[in-house]
Amino acid sequence: MREVVPLATFPPVLALRGISKRFGGVQALVDVELQLRAGEVVALAGDNGAGKSTLIKVISGVAPADRGIIEWEGGLVQIKQPHDAHALGIATVYQDLAMCDNLDIVGNLFLGREIDRVGVLDEVEMERQARELMHTLSMRIPDVRMPVAALSAGQRQAVSIAHSLMGSPKVLLLDEPTAALGVEQTSHLFDLIEQIRDRGMAILLISHNMGDIKAVADRVAVLRLGRNNGLFDVNTTPQEQVISSITGAADNAKTHRPTGDDEVWP
Amino acid sequence: MRGGEPSGEAQPAGAGDGSGAGGKSSGADGHGRARGPGPGIGGFIHTVRTRVRGPERGPALVVLGLIMICVLFQVLNDRFLSPRNLSNLSVDIVSTGLVAVGIVFVLLIGEIDLSVGSVSGLAGAAFAVLNVNLGVPEWLAMIVAVLSGMAAGAVHGFFFAWVGVPSFVVTLAGLLAWNGMALYLLGASGTINLDENGLVASLTSSYFGQPAVAYGLAALGTAGYALACLRTRTRLTAAGMRYRSPGEIGVRSGLLALVAFSAAYTLNQFQGLPLALLIFLVVIVVSDYVLRRTRYGRRVYALGGGAVAARRAGVRVVRVRLVMFMTSGTLAAIGGLFVASGLTSASPTTARAAGSGMLLINAIAAAVIGGTSLFGGRGSTWSALLGALVIQSIASGMALLGVEDALQFIITGAVLLAAVTADTLARRTERMPAQA
Repeated sequence: MREVVPLATFPPVLALRGISKRFGGVQALVDVELQLRAGEVVALAGDNGAGKSTLIKVISGVAPADRGIIEWEGGLVQIKQPHDAHALGIATVYQDLAMCDNLDIVGNLFLGREIDRVGVLDEVEMERQARELMHTLSMRIPDVRMPVAALSAGQRQAVSIAHSLMGSPKVLLLDEPTAALGVEQTSHLFDLIEQIRDRGMAILLISHNMGDIKAVADRVAVLRLGRNNGLFDVNTTPQEQVISSITGAADNAKTHRPTGDDEVWP
Repeated sequence: MRGGEPSGEAQPAGAGDGSGAGGKSSGADGHGRARGPGPGIGGFIHTVRTRVRGPERGPALVVLGLIMICVLFQVLNDRFLSPRNLSNLSVDIVSTGLVAVGIVFVLLIGEIDLSVGSVSGLAGAAFAVLNVNLGVPEWLAMIVAVLSGMAAGAVHGFFFAWVGVPSFVVTLAGLLAWNGMALYLLGASGTINLDENGLVASLTSSYFGQPAVAYGLAALGTAGYALACLRTRTRLTAAGMRYRSPGEIGVRSGLLALVAFSAAYTLNQFQGLPLALLIFLVVIVVSDYVLRRTRYGRRVYALGGGAVAARRAGVRVVRVRLVMFMTSGTLAAIGGLFVASGLTSASPTTARAAGSGMLLINAIAAAVIGGTSLFGGRGSTWSALLGALVIQSIASGMALLGVEDALQFIITGAVLLAAVTADTLARRTERMPAQA
């Protein structure tokens, strides 16, 4: 079923084209375009109700799109359910940081990807790998056998991200990751995001905090009322321009046009 | 026989203990595990202390309560701790205990099964009608009876997991309907007496008379436990992780040996190891192993501890839920065969009694008193043994004293309430750190 569409020499890992989604009477997304490239952090910004969370749900398969095309590494794919997204290599860290409070960190990290030997859980190997992962990600977790109920918000966030990295995904979706974090924890999180990006992953970060976007994103895609409202390079665009595009004070010239790099589009 | 630690023996004994967090100087190497100071017996005493104070105090308190119950009844009536009474007690706990194991499965995913009493009654009735009235061979009738329990569980599981009807309501409907079906089956014939020398009757009347059997089992259990601990220790040490010290393993194995051998000695004083008790222990050991040491069991605990996280991690929630209710129904049916075996009959009176809920209440009470949480995700099938011992000891002791049913119900109810209160409070203290 994979139809290869030649686009460019280096197609984006994930490309959305003309994505629309309706919830009952509400048109949540209208012809949304988005591209994610390996080794790049894209921030998805927009006011409340702009469709950020809906777009994440479309990509993660929780709420599939009604119309539109999804391309994965240049090939056409369908994401109908969370399993499809998992199988492609899309991992999601949700805002609520839901975990199994009765399991320890190792149990949560390996949930769904447990290691076993002839049907019996290999706790030693899981613990060893968990330590290794904590070490490579320079996470400050004193004991991987701690119950997750005892973790701080920042530590929960870190463990959630580590869990999402378990299957070596290529795309990581982060839904408002800084919402519950303090200043220091936030800066730890950004270090972690940069580290993951440098390993060649594509990261989509939902945020409406301009400070966060400035700090960690390479590009920022703005949604307004379910439509694209501009794609900016974080380093060269004045903050005011991004903000006015979020609030709608300035209807961006690119509003109803694709937000991808022009040379990619025929 | 630990409470709610799905990670099993690889878990440090003191982990899961919030109160000990301050003492965890987890070392410069970052490899330090949460362990008490000092090796050997000192470390073990520390572990016992932290466990008695921490959220894991449940099982420790239950054992303490059990000892107090035994002492109390022994003082009031010196026949309570006689080999005969204890041996009978060890058979009497089996029907309630097996049903309670099924309840543990359902409680672990945070649900409830109110139909187990009726399902066990249905299984007894189905067996009696098939075997005695219709002449079906005993083994086949037993299989059909057990399968009927599994099918009843599948019906509950379907309506709960697929359709989304709350488990409380589905199994309440089951309580009525399966009880009605048992009465309907027995309706034509009234009380059916089972073959006194048959397979089902022998479930509760067979004993392994040779003392070597009970002692052998005690030795096997203790040696198996000690070897498993030592093997884990070897692996963990090789991987640079810490585990219980050899001294602590020795003390634990010694305690287990003490309990196992004194139980074997007591049973041998009467008629030897009861077959029913052996079956019960095998069911507990196997189900505990599946729940704590396999991928599938881990996902059961995960579902009980956080359904959202489990679903996102790819746990097949609907399937796990269905299987849990089928397990509960199956074990309820097996428990029902033990009830029928004890009475060597199936009658509308016992079926009505099953529907009225004493077995149900006792089974749920046993699971919860033993330390399985009503809120899901915490507990083990060992709690069925512990809880059934408490419930049955109270019943047996009061029967010896000639206490009337009314008072027995009140006391059992009070014990259940105390256990649930302890569960609720434990859950509350444990939630604290997360909110900080």
